[in-house]
Parts: sequence; structure tokens; C-alpha cells
Amino acid sequence: MRITINGLPLDAAPGSTVAAAVAACGQPTRTSVTGEPRGPLCGMGICFECRVTINGRPHQRSCQIAVAEGMDIATAVPASPAPSPTTARSRDCSILIVGAGPAGLAAAASAAASGLAVTLVDDNPAPGGQIWRGANPPVAPGVEWLSQTRIVDAPAPGVLRATTPEGGCDLRYDKLILATGARERFLPFPGWTLPHVMGAGGLQAMAKGGLPIAGKRIVVAGTGPLLIAVAAWLRQHGAVIVALCDQTSWAAQLQFLARLPFAKVRQGIALAAALRGVPLWMNAWPVAAAPGAVTIQRAGRRPRTLACDYLACGFHLVPNIELAQLLGCATQDGFVVVNDRQQTTVPDVYCAGEPTGIGGVELAEVEGTLAGLAACDRINRPILTRPRGAGQREASGAEPPAKTGSACALASRREAYRGFARRLDTLCALRPELRSLARPDTLVCRCEDVTHARLASHRNWRDAKLHTRCGMGPCQGRICSAACESLFAWPPPPPRPPLSPVAMDGLASMANRD
Amino acid sequence: MSDSDADVIVVGAGIVGAACADACARAGLRVIVCEAAVIGGGATAAGMGHLTVMDDSEAQFALTHRSLGLWHALAPALPAAAEYTRCGTIWVAADGEEMEAAEAKHRYCADRGVVTEMLDGPALARHEPHLRPGLAGGVRVPGDAICYSPVAAAWLLERSGARVRHAAVRAIGGGRVECADGAVLRAPAIINACGADAARLTPGLPIRPRKGHLVITDRYPGLVRHELVELGYIKSAHSQDGGDSVAFNVQPRATGQLLFGSSRQFDARDAAVDHAILARMLRRCAAFMPALDDLLAIRTWTGFRAATPDSLPLIGPWPGDASVWLATGHEGLGITTALGTAELIAHHLAGAPTGLPVAPYLPARFEGVAGHAHHH
Repeated sequence: MRITINGLPLDAAPGSTVAAAVAACGQPTRTSVTGEPRGPLCGMGICFECRVTINGRPHQRSCQIAVAEGMDIATAVPASPAPSPTTARSRDCSILIVGAGPAGLAAAASAAASGLAVTLVDDNPAPGGQIWRGANPPVAPGVEWLSQTRIVDAPAPGVLRATTPEGGCDLRYDKLILATGARERFLPFPGWTLPHVMGAGGLQAMAKGGLPIAGKRIVVAGTGPLLIAVAAWLRQHGAVIVALCDQTSWAAQLQFLARLPFAKVRQGIALAAALRGVPLWMNAWPVAAAPGAVTIQRAGRRPRTLACDYLACGFHLVPNIELAQLLGCATQDGFVVVNDRQQTTVPDVYCAGEPTGIGGVELAEVEGTLAGLAACDRINRPILTRPRGAGQREASGAEPPAKTGSACALASRREAYRGFARRLDTLCALRPELRSLARPDTLVCRCEDVTHARLASHRNWRDAKLHTRCGMGPCQGRICSAACESLFAWPPPPPRPPLSPVAMDGLASMANRD
Repeated sequence: MSDSDADVIVVGAGIVGAACADACARAGLRVIVCEAAVIGGGATAAGMGHLTVMDDSEAQFALTHRSLGLWHALAPALPAAAEYTRCGTIWVAADGEEMEAAEAKHRYCADRGVVTEMLDGPALARHEPHLRPGLAGGVRVPGDAICYSPVAAAWLLERSGARVRHAAVRAIGGGRVECADGAVLRAPAIINACGADAARLTPGLPIRPRKGHLVITDRYPGLVRHELVELGYIKSAHSQDGGDSVAFNVQPRATGQLLFGSSRQFDARDAAVDHAILARMLRRCAAFMPALDDLLAIRTWTGFRAATPDSLPLIGPWPGDASVWLATGHEGLGITTALGTAELIAHHLAGAPTGLPVAPYLPARFEGVAGHAHHH
């Protein structure tokens, strides 16, 4: 497929993303405000490092867009932006589900069985979320599936505003299920803004989007089970894993592994087999990256510099709770508060999956199924479970009961996996050394190129934002506010509309249209 | 310096409070500043940072013109992050009637030594090619500027050397400032520079909060070159009938971003974005600048202006309490007029020279306000 990048003709594989096509030819996707070359970081439309001009329209997130014949890609902003699509539509949904990962797909399946009209939306081109990206899991029959539909605002009760490739769309709902998933946590260290440094999930998403990785030397570093899954996947697809580095200790890992649910044990064994022979370094974390290399610190040892084509680096996950917050749902410790029916504190709004606690695919599916049942009033009786944290099953780490479909059985499984989620949270707690990786001149905010030194003297997030521009860029602080929470213990800011950049005509026609 | 030996306590570290602290310190007074939240975090952060000459009244012209001169003098010392840019303003005339208003503005400014330039339709289009074709023209004010006011406020405060107390203030009066944390500060003069919130500490002030909305885009360098304001803005800004109003206003930020306003709503107390008025505002803007539709908005926010019945600020002694001085009520011109306000305050408190008339801004001009205050 012929495309041009900054005027240079190029062949791109059909089906690959624009970001992968640009990265594959060794080009940065953009130049930062202080002149640094940048490449994609998150691979999932959140970090805005991949934004390019496509056919005259600037600031397009190229990791979410597939290449098309004759596409003209530029890394500079044109003097006059090309028109954007302007069709404004609206759509009525009985049950609207935001996010088509495991939780959203499960919610759609259980809600569709009720016979109500179910609409499932996601900003990606295909269902599956991050974990099933590229696997194209089926959407339950009868569910209306809207891809590339990104929620940007909640302009009125019972209405969400979305952007789509055709223009804006108001989605009116009776019941809403939020299954918005999670993103990676990134911590600043010298060199983390270099184009060869990506998220762990970010590099995997880029590879699934067509970035060639066969034969590439990759260091995988950070923390969390995602690293292992990504390293195994990359290796299966021909990459050479130079080292897999996790900041946690062997002792903490063994304690965690000893209480793994059986299904997870099986997954773990498969992953271990896939990673045989890969150097596995615990108590290890990246301290600096340079072009073609990363320096890894191992506790009690001298730092080692490893040559690599890519560093895939993420520090566990941050839940995407911004839409829930915009709707007014209560949160606690950074997660959306739900009751035993997955209901949030806002009437008719449910939440399932990572936004209620990082627990992985099994918990997300169970919560999604329950949310789908609850949203169509198919849970008639109280759900009887032991109070959280008091269950003996959790303490023993025994296998949850088999999936029976009854709400009570689902709730028991949910309790067991929530125990796993809590242990995972403990396991992934950041070691204090990670808070001092950034040097004074290390950038923390990648949109506005704000250094650690400029932030350190401020009192809180808003003070820093107003006086340094930290978090004022298009990612709206999604990346740097999580980093600042780790670095400075600043609570992240509440979101403001629009949740994601939106064409002005969409904002103008947003609510109260006649 | 202990809490007790300040000559003046400024309550509120927005651009006006910071400028007052700076002017008082330069006049030799010892200054303490109390701020409950973030330096420049109120209307200072919410506003556009337009530094502009306005001519609705002689008093308004005098204050804006003098203040703009002070900004120009300050500009070389400001940090780059204050984004001081002398981009000029074009007041855009949609039709013949507004062209007459443009002519009147041009003549008024010329009579007072302010350089302006009349633009016909084609000249307007040459300056700003993304405006809709067919506009009548406008008047260009090349001396106007813009700035990023939270940084300017922080810089003024830093330069003042004033002691900053990060404390909410519960009450002022009788030479005392009571902080929410229980501390009491004493000084012979207390300046209420709390913007739209000023009446909380000085009940009876003729100030009404007037809510505004703004939208900022991603970076589109060069798309707009001047601050652009429709001449209808004046009708919107100065109607006191209480109706909600919107006007086309766009500003090219130093970052290449475009900042769009404006809306005015009395009696809206909720700081949340009001989608209906936001939509009205953007449709109004798009009517002047169709290219707006294709720009990506990245953030919206609201703020509250401190509006007075005669659109002039309250600068000077508060008749209800000999220790209380006011520096508030600047509505949409607080960034521009902060420096002139500070000059007047330093004149009142320390006899510093000023070229400004004092009387038009005195709080006592509102008959009975102090007596009214006693009833609270």
C-alpha cells in the first residue's frame, strides 16, 4: 500500500496502523515543544506522542488509525487544517456500554440475553480492548457495535457525546455500563522520552499494529504481570528478549505466586515455558535510556547497560476513571466505588473491570457479566457474599467456584478475584528508589516538556499546572498526573470536558441542540 | 518579620493582589499576602490575559491606558513563561453599523494619542485570512498585548518580597485578618483583593459574580495573528440587564494554541461548564471564523468575573472600616488594570505618585454602600 511520509513515498503493509508505518521507517511521529524527536508511548490513544497530520488534518492519533492507499502523512502542522467531518447524529440506546474489552464484551453478552437494545462502543477499530487487541473476539449477537467511537463528554443526564470518523454523535441511554479499562503507569527516568522507549503494552500494541519486531532486541522492564505476558508474546513473534526486569523482589513474587488462583497458575506455567532462557532479573529497574541502550539497576549491584532496539517499560496499570468522574461517580483510592451489583453512586450508571480495581481479565469478565445482568434488572434478590477482605477462601487462595451463571456464584468468583487484585496491588507497590529516578532536567510532562526541577517546588498538581504548563497538553495530564502522583504524592486532578480533544463543531453542537 | 509588623496585608494573590503587594513594597511598605489556594489561581487563571485599551468611559480609558503603559514598561523584565506578546487587537466590524463604532473608537483613541488603524474588509482579510469573507472591516490597535497571567502574578509577588501565608481568610476588619487556621494577623491596612469573592469578606460590596467560559485548542501556529474581538462584544460586556450573552473573541497564544471566548452570565454560581452557553459561544465564534469548526478543542473551563454596576473597579478605602481597602471589581479587565490599580493603592497607602485620577474608582461613589454594610 503506497503512502507518503513527509513527502517520501513508502510501502506500508495493509492493516498496519499509521503509527507503526511511521515507526517502521525509523521516523519520529512528532517533534516536541522543545525540539525532541518523539515516537509512540502508550499505543492506545492516550499519550498523544503519535499524533501526526493525515491528509491535511493535524493532531491525529496515528496509533488508532489504519493506513489507507495514498495517505499523506506529515509530522508538521499545516498552515490551514483540512476540514473535519461534520455530520452530527444522535442515537438512542437502552443499555450503553463504553469499552469493548473483557468487561464490556461480557456485559454486552449478559445484557443482550435480556432482549433489551444494547449498544457497545469503543474508540478502537476492533473489539477486544488492550488485552485481546488483534484477536477480534466476537461481540454477542444482537448487540449494536460502534467502533472508533470515543466518548468526549457527558453534556446532560442520560447523554454521552462521542466523536466518530463521520463526526459527532450523541448517545442517549437509559442505563450506562462503564468498562473503560486501564492504561500503563509510566515513570520518568533520564531518556524515557526517546523514541525507542515505549510502554510494555504500548510496544505490544504497536507490534500488533504492524511494527516489525522479529529479530529486534528488546528489554522489558517495570513491574506487573503485563510485563511477563508482553515479553512472552514478543518472543513468540520473533523478538529477542535481552532481559525481563521487574522492580519487585523474589520474596514478594513467591508470596504472590503461592496464592495464585488455579487458572492463573496455568497461565503462569505457559508463560514461564515461553520465556525459558530469557534472563529474568528481579529487584531490577531502568535508570537511564540512551539511543539503542538502557541501563538497568539491580539492587545491590552495579548498573548494567544493555544494547537494545526497544525498551518496553511500564509500571503496572492506572484505571481509566475519568468518564466515571465526569459523570459524578464517587471514587475511593483512585477506583470507582460500586456496590455488589456493580452500580456506581450515580443512578443507572454501572462500572466493571479495571476501573473498580486492577484484577485482570477474569475479574473484568465476572464484573461485566454482573453489570450486564444488573443493568437489565435481572438480579432480583440480594447477592449474598461474605464482606470484602473477611473471606476464608481468599486467605486460602483456593480456586473460586466454577462459573454457573447465577448472580451469587458470580459474586463469589468476583470476591475471590478481588482478593487476587488486592494482592496484585501489594505486589506492584513501587519501591522508593523509583521515585528518585528523574534527574532535575528529566522531563515529566511530555506534552509540554516540563522538567522535574520545575515541578518540584510546587505545592500541588494545580499549582504546578498553572505555573509550569504541566498537564496542559492534549493528553490532559493522563500520563504525567499519574507520574506526579508517584513522584510528589499529588492527587490527580478531576477531569474536565472534553475528555479527549474534539473538533470544535462537535463541542459547539454538543448539548441542548434543538 | 513577625506576623505583627506588616504595614499592609493583601488578601488574595491573584494578579491584582500580587500587583498591589509589589507596588506597596516598592513604596517602602512591609507586606504580607494571604492566599487560600494557588497564586493566580482564581479569575487570573481563568481569564484570557488580554492587555487592552478600553474606551467605554473616560475613567475606564484612563485606567486601561495607564496600565497598558505600565505593562509595556514591565515587559522586558517578565519571564518568558509570562508569554507577553504584543500581538495587537483587531476589533472586528461585521456590518456598517459596527464600522461606525470602529470609526468612533479610532477617533476616540486618536484624540488621546493612542495609535489605531482603520481596516476595510480586504485589509481585515489580509491581516486575518481565516475570518469569514464579507466582514465590513475593523479597527486595529497595535499596542495591545496578551500575557499568561498566573506566571505574571507569581513573578510580581516574588519581586515584591512580600511574605506569603498560604491560609484561607475568614474575616477582615478593625486592623485584623482572621485566618481559617485560627491565626490572627494585624496591620493598619488590609487590602481586599479577592475578586468575585470579595463580598464574602466585605459584605455590602456592589459586586456580582459574572461567569465566563473559555475553550483552548491544540497548537495551530500562525492561524490567527491578533487578538480578535467582535465590536458587538462591547454590547455583551456592558449590558447590565442580567441576560446571558456571548461574543466572538479569539487569541493567539504564544504556544500556537488558540483561546476562544467569551460568555457572560450573571447569577450562575455553579463552576461547571454550561454546555448550552458554551455551544452558543462557539457558534457565535464560528460565525466569524468558520475554520474554528475543524480545530481540536483540548480543554474548557469557567471563571467568575467581579462585576460592578458601572463597570469600573473598586479601588480605595472602604467607607465601612478605616482599615479596609478595596482592590476588586475589575470584571473582565483585571489583568490589564492590575498595574494601574496597584499604582492607585500605593498612592492611597504610601503617597506614591500616580498619573491617574483617584475619584472615579473610589468605593464611596456607590451611595450608601458603607451604611448598607453596617446592616450585615
